[in-house]
Amino acid sequence: MSLVHIPALLVLAAGSFFLLVGSIGLIRFPDFYSRCHATGKSDTLGVMLVIFGLVLIEGLTLNSAKLLLILAFVGLTNPAATHALAQAAFRFGLKPWFRKPPSGRPPDRPAEES
Amino acid sequence: MFEHSFFVILASALTVIIFIPLYRVLAGPHLPDRMLGAGAIGTKTMVLILLIGFIFDRLEMFVDITLAYAMLNFIGTIAMAKYLSSRRKGKP
Repeated sequence: MSLVHIPALLVLAAGSFFLLVGSIGLIRFPDFYSRCHATGKSDTLGVMLVIFGLVLIEGLTLNSAKLLLILAFVGLTNPAATHALAQAAFRFGLKPWFRKPPSGRPPDRPAEES
Repeated sequence: MFEHSFFVILASALTVIIFIPLYRVLAGPHLPDRMLGAGAIGTKTMVLILLIGFIFDRLEMFVDITLAYAMLNFIGTIAMAKYLSSRRKGKP
């Protein structure tokens, strides 16, 4: 166990913490758009941190170059996929959830209607 | 040896974390919620494949598998969004 392992293990632990937070947000938030917010950002940061920690452990090899490619790919495509899904859900007809109704309308909570 | 046991612990914890969005896939009130849960499961599975490659010390094989899995996950989510934008809520 060399000296670079200590920050690498810290980064790995932080990444798995962000993955856990994204999962909890996915089941706890009230409607689809806030769930997009949870899983689109926390999961991306968590995956990028875990892959960066693995790069630190692996060292300067061909495998770590491929790992950096995966890191860049995930950082580009995961928010893009979440954004595409959110736009498709808006066209699908899902309404955002408000704590108070905007203008006297009765409160609609899309998470509880059938 | 210490890092190997750390990887085993991390992979076990990640297996538990993967089961949390499965609740959203099974019990999601609408179709987009299920799709979002499926995408989250795919993203976490990518990390789990990488950790398994470190545990078995065969990283040169599992890195390629992870790269292909990331592309498939992205294409699958885009295909689901494409399918979803051609439907309306409430219509079968």
